[in-house]
Amino acid sequence: MSTPAWIRPATLKEALTMRRDYNARPLAGATDIYVRHRAATGTLPPLEDRPVLYVGHLPELTSISEDGKGWLRIGAATVYTDILEHPDTPLLLRRAIEELAAPALRNAGTLGGNIGNASPAADAVCALYALHAEVDLAGHAGERRVPIAQLITGPGKTTVGADELITAVSVPMDRPGSFHYYRKAGTRRANALSKIAFCAGGTVLEGRLTGLGVAVGAVGPTIVHSRDLEVRAEGSDLARYRKLQQEESAPGGFLTARYMALISPISDQRSTDAYRRRVTENLLRDLFERTIPTLLSGKAG
Amino acid sequence: MKNEIRFSLNGKEETLPGDPRRRLIDVLREDFGLTSIKEGCGEGECGACSILVDGRVIDSCILPAGAVEDRTVETLESIRETERGEKIVQALTRGGGVQCGFCIPGMAVSIESLLRTNPRPDEHAIREGISGNLCRCTGYQQIVEGVAAIEHVEGDNS
Repeated sequence: MSTPAWIRPATLKEALTMRRDYNARPLAGATDIYVRHRAATGTLPPLEDRPVLYVGHLPELTSISEDGKGWLRIGAATVYTDILEHPDTPLLLRRAIEELAAPALRNAGTLGGNIGNASPAADAVCALYALHAEVDLAGHAGERRVPIAQLITGPGKTTVGADELITAVSVPMDRPGSFHYYRKAGTRRANALSKIAFCAGGTVLEGRLTGLGVAVGAVGPTIVHSRDLEVRAEGSDLARYRKLQQEESAPGGFLTARYMALISPISDQRSTDAYRRRVTENLLRDLFERTIPTLLSGKAG
Repeated sequence: MKNEIRFSLNGKEETLPGDPRRRLIDVLREDFGLTSIKEGCGEGECGACSILVDGRVIDSCILPAGAVEDRTVETLESIRETERGEKIVQALTRGGGVQCGFCIPGMAVSIESLLRTNPRPDEHAIREGISGNLCRCTGYQQIVEGVAAIEHVEGDNS
């Protein structure tokens, strides 16, 4: 039997077999693959190297469910519109999706595709980093769950195995005290890739900060984040937070200085190194000098 | 091995001709003659190729035809025959919303998609609804005003 060009499996199990046997290219919304492999009008997109494995219809990959422990499990091929319409989607992810594209792209694009492409400018993936999302993968050896930051290793590079499929993404649902901070700099509100995407979230309850997540997109080869810095701030009340911030006398304090040391923006067709540095620093200062101290002092809203 | 890919097109059951990897815009324009669908940018930025898939607007220039298997596709050719579709066309033409006209079929499809879930959109919702459709002539104002003036059509969610 000749190698098929287009595979539409009936089940996830069959999809995994096809993935392994044909080294097939998973595709759901096609919003990235059909742009990158753009064809001239009336011709086939240049995808001859590998068969296409269409997964956008598989019920195993397109459902959203609560796990009973405060996490929301989103099927990897669920389109953004369905994630947006779900009542339990965390606000940070909702904000990123609202601003990432116009309705037509939200009706096709998926988290699984965005993660698989591993673009450092992917806004929704930036939100997933700040939420400490975990990604489910299935393969013939079984299933595994990996924190998003460990799955993505470079621009366009992930540790997804050649016989594996991304099946779902789990994010913690908002709870009392949850806050979110989302800012995007881009040329056009709809459909423009970000010059910078800035995502932060966490919980402030009874004057204490827990679960801080900070992620900055399009300022390095992968989305920039730091588990170490997040852990340094864990459990802080206002006094301890101020003390941490004073460990460095830079503008915006310790946290701003340390995050600035982690970014390595480049100049490309969308923006310049200098612009990205300046805007990132301004946003870090706004988050660490204004937003978080305000929340900790209980003066917010 | 089954080779036939079936889908619903403007209310009729059809079989997809040719390779499922073809762009849906090419299949609809060339094989089915549905020329309301325009190719502008060819990369999902401008919205001139907008169609409805399962009632939601999608850019047909970056969608493989095989992705619509067992799904419902609607284009302006069928939308404009409905009561609401007629109102959308009138709303766009009357207030000067149509100048060169190239973006208009896609614009009308996005407006149809919006009105199906939000029959009385405010200005913000209208601008959000057409945010994926680029118009280089009107500055959008006449389009937004035209849509805001559309009377709600009861019970037409076909």
